[in-house]
Amino acid sequence: MAAATELLMLTAAQMAAAVADGQVSAVELTRAHLDRIEATDVKLHAFLHVSAESALAAARVVDDRRAAGEPLGPLAGVPVALKDVFTTADMPTTCGSAILAGWQPPYDATVTRRLREAGVVILGKTNMDEFAMGSSTENSAFGPSRNPWDLSRVPGGSSGGSAAAVAAYQAPLGIGTDTGGSIRQPASVCGLVGVKPTYGGSSRFGLVAFASSLDTPGPLGRTVLDAALLHAAISGHDPYDSTSLDAPVPGVVAAARNADVAGLRVGVVAELSGEGYAPGVLTRFNETVELLESLGAKVTEVSCPHFSYALPVYYLIAPSECSSNLARFDAMRYGLRIGDDGEASAEDVMSMTRAAGFGAEVKRRIMLGTYALSSGYYDAYYGKAQQVRTLIIRDFDAAFEQVDVLVSPTTPTTAFPIGERADDPMAMYLADLCTIPSDLAGNAAMSVPCGLAPEDGLPVGFQIMAPVLADDRLYRVGAAVEAALDTRRGQPFLSQARGLAGVNETAEAQR
Amino acid sequence: MTQSAARPADGGPVPFELAIARYEPVIGLETHVELGTVTKMFCGSPVTFGAEPNSVVCPVCLGLPGSLPVINKTAIEYTIRIGLALNCSIASWCRFARKNYFYPDMPKNFQISQYDEPLCTDGFLQVDVGGQEFTVGIERVHLEEDTGKSLHVGGSTGRIHGADHSLVDYNRAGIPLVEVVTRPIPGTGAQAPEVARAYVSELRDLLRALAVSDVRMEQGSLRCDVNTSIAPAGSAQWGTRTETKNVNSLRSVERAVRSEIERQAGVLDAGGRVIQETRHFQETSGTTTSGRSKEEAQDYRYFPEPDLVPVAPSPQWVAEIKAALPELPAARRVRLQAQWGLSDLDMTALRNAGALDLVARTVEAGAAPDQARNWWLEELSRRANDAGVELAELPVSPEQVATVIGLIQAGKLNNKLARQVVDGVLAGEGSPQQVVAARGLAVVTDPGVLSAAVDEAIAANPDVAAKIADGKVAAAGALVGVVMKATNGQADPASVRELILQRCLTG
Repeated sequence: MAAATELLMLTAAQMAAAVADGQVSAVELTRAHLDRIEATDVKLHAFLHVSAESALAAARVVDDRRAAGEPLGPLAGVPVALKDVFTTADMPTTCGSAILAGWQPPYDATVTRRLREAGVVILGKTNMDEFAMGSSTENSAFGPSRNPWDLSRVPGGSSGGSAAAVAAYQAPLGIGTDTGGSIRQPASVCGLVGVKPTYGGSSRFGLVAFASSLDTPGPLGRTVLDAALLHAAISGHDPYDSTSLDAPVPGVVAAARNADVAGLRVGVVAELSGEGYAPGVLTRFNETVELLESLGAKVTEVSCPHFSYALPVYYLIAPSECSSNLARFDAMRYGLRIGDDGEASAEDVMSMTRAAGFGAEVKRRIMLGTYALSSGYYDAYYGKAQQVRTLIIRDFDAAFEQVDVLVSPTTPTTAFPIGERADDPMAMYLADLCTIPSDLAGNAAMSVPCGLAPEDGLPVGFQIMAPVLADDRLYRVGAAVEAALDTRRGQPFLSQARGLAGVNETAEAQR
Repeated sequence: MTQSAARPADGGPVPFELAIARYEPVIGLETHVELGTVTKMFCGSPVTFGAEPNSVVCPVCLGLPGSLPVINKTAIEYTIRIGLALNCSIASWCRFARKNYFYPDMPKNFQISQYDEPLCTDGFLQVDVGGQEFTVGIERVHLEEDTGKSLHVGGSTGRIHGADHSLVDYNRAGIPLVEVVTRPIPGTGAQAPEVARAYVSELRDLLRALAVSDVRMEQGSLRCDVNTSIAPAGSAQWGTRTETKNVNSLRSVERAVRSEIERQAGVLDAGGRVIQETRHFQETSGTTTSGRSKEEAQDYRYFPEPDLVPVAPSPQWVAEIKAALPELPAARRVRLQAQWGLSDLDMTALRNAGALDLVARTVEAGAAPDQARNWWLEELSRRANDAGVELAELPVSPEQVATVIGLIQAGKLNNKLARQVVDGVLAGEGSPQQVVAARGLAVVTDPGVLSAAVDEAIAANPDVAAKIADGKVAAAGALVGVVMKATNGQADPASVRELILQRCLTG
């Protein structure tokens, strides 16, 4: 059997092949990752809950099925880090909030169920900004996760725990959710591939809602192909989610294997560049655009004039929906209960529980949303925001008449230091400037690593946006960028990582 | 002010006749109907009544984190059926909305309802009060989910204030609930209470005919809120309205309107102003008490429900539903009245007794209309009264009543025996035939037995027999009584009488 370190460094696709060929058992593979978590998570804090027992049991099932000669899926036996916003019938689900600490759901989310059915091994539940509100995981009630590239920096958010886990080789794959950029921005700052599928392409059933019209589950991986395999595993129509699309899953895996962009029309979004973007981010972005051109893509600049309103529109719509979605956390049926002394009224207990159980950012958004929906302000805020949302969708429609995909930096900067933006919500919100338009429009978007910023040596993400249900285009372009950069570099992207991301370094230190 | 002596100086209620002489009421009704679908509005939990608390629930109707609603298509169909029967326009595209407010019996602290895009709008329902037709405008019919049910333990009122603690049963949460909202109904004058009652009664009959709900007011599957306002007669403006909740029987609807008119007249007479508020109907006193004031109205922060896609019933589907509508109560009444040859008065009596359907089914089972009507309105109404139940709740089916009537027609039962058969059926002794057999209630038809009994009666009463022979035929009644007694009432009196006359006049 291969040494544990070598196992960890395989791609998910390679792990699945090794399990299928009998070179390694799913149990060995799972144990190697559990050991890695054990050794590194004290520093990283990527996981809120590790479920070694159920993970090994799931792995054993895969090994038994293989032994019995039963067919295995393309990711059978491969471990995954699951964001703690999906319900799991055998693990707690907290959404990074004190108000749900210890809550054990009685049912599996559709994403959870599909992972299990695919033989994917769920290692545990990962840290996140409380109720997915944030871009750093600093809003977790259980303490921040750290960026494996530099432990003093944030791993992005809100799916920062899943991103940190994948970047630190604790798991080859991670599941996140993207509402304003919560998959792509952490992928960008952790040097990973992260994809927000088309809204409705992956089911929200069992995903604890932040903003219903935006929330989208999606994959995180170290390679484009790995992300595609996970994307395919969790996607498809779900009758339990009314907003789920009843359409065939785009051929993302085939596209990831077909890294050909010759003749592809690529539009650079004029509005997502310039002031406020780190020089190193723009340098790597521009290089990557040139790289695509050198591979035969036809690059043009495209204007999407309403994208500049995306951030304010988002901060009206998402808080409005959240103010309603989070109303159910009231201490009556589950979760935290404060002040129930036999004298206090139900209303008092609700107030005290919500005051104690929600963090500052969640309260801020509940208040923003309550205000935006209130009588007399609805038209000016929520109503107007929905109208501008339509204009943003039309910008996309017009752009996709001219080009096949749009590109931009994923986020204006590289990973920022923990604490730097914690007291400055506006600075934090700007991290999602480039990712929010696709959430509002519901189309598909990916972040793929495009190098390190010269000034700080940290990963930069390249964002690709495709029309609704054209998710496969993301993979075609992403795979082309990945292959060309790997060839130029002579090694996979993550092998440049310092700190915890360098699995060899840790392994050496352990010797 | 000649009437001032008749009313209390403290602004207490004014007697109805006095109130209505000086004030013009405007009423309006909001009726909630639980649909009789197999499963709930947004999940697969069954719709049942009377199950163990919190046993008919799932993550969706409990509003557990992560759960999502999926629309029950049958509920949409039923709502369209109601809308069509109420002459409404059916929206070709509409959305659900979230109504946000905190209350422990609301699993999500918002209710999925419809706000400015109801499924059905702008219809009407004709109601009849003592032969006078009123057209009640229907503003909207919309669909929403029911809430759970709070049980306040301790305290005297059963309301939340003063209770020691509260229990919540979520079995009801998520049951599809249709709300039928009337336009304001002016111009009913002294008939306002009866119009309100007649409207709810007509709506109930309609919903029952549509087979969309079991419409049991006492079980809460049909619930009524009654809006009432009054203004000085001739006033150009309507008064401030109150909304009376929990009006859960037809009689209460009538009493609630009457009592609100009396109360509001007292307030206005005393120079006060009516407060816009929610009031609660008190079944025992027949009056209303103040609830929460609407002047500090809740802001429900309605917005389109993002977890659901819009509802867009196709014109073909609506046309199919329309084509499949059953005969509606008004048309059916006209048809039955003609078929049975009843006067308007007879028809009203039948409806008021709740006997229309029962008689119709009895006739369908083969009984003559007048016989069927007599049995239900007289004998069986008396039994229902004695037992304190609705006519329809008697444990005898229209088919069984038709059987009894058939046995009478065939001469196998007389009226007295028939009443005993019904006794047996009501006592749970089985079908009419089984009761006849078990209790030995068949009419004596054996000619030998009857003949012997008649001979015996004549022999024992020679003076009576002589009178008959003299032509005083009326005297035969006394002998019939003797024979009936001798046969334990099991002879057919007409046959007996004929036999007696035959013997006395020819013998």
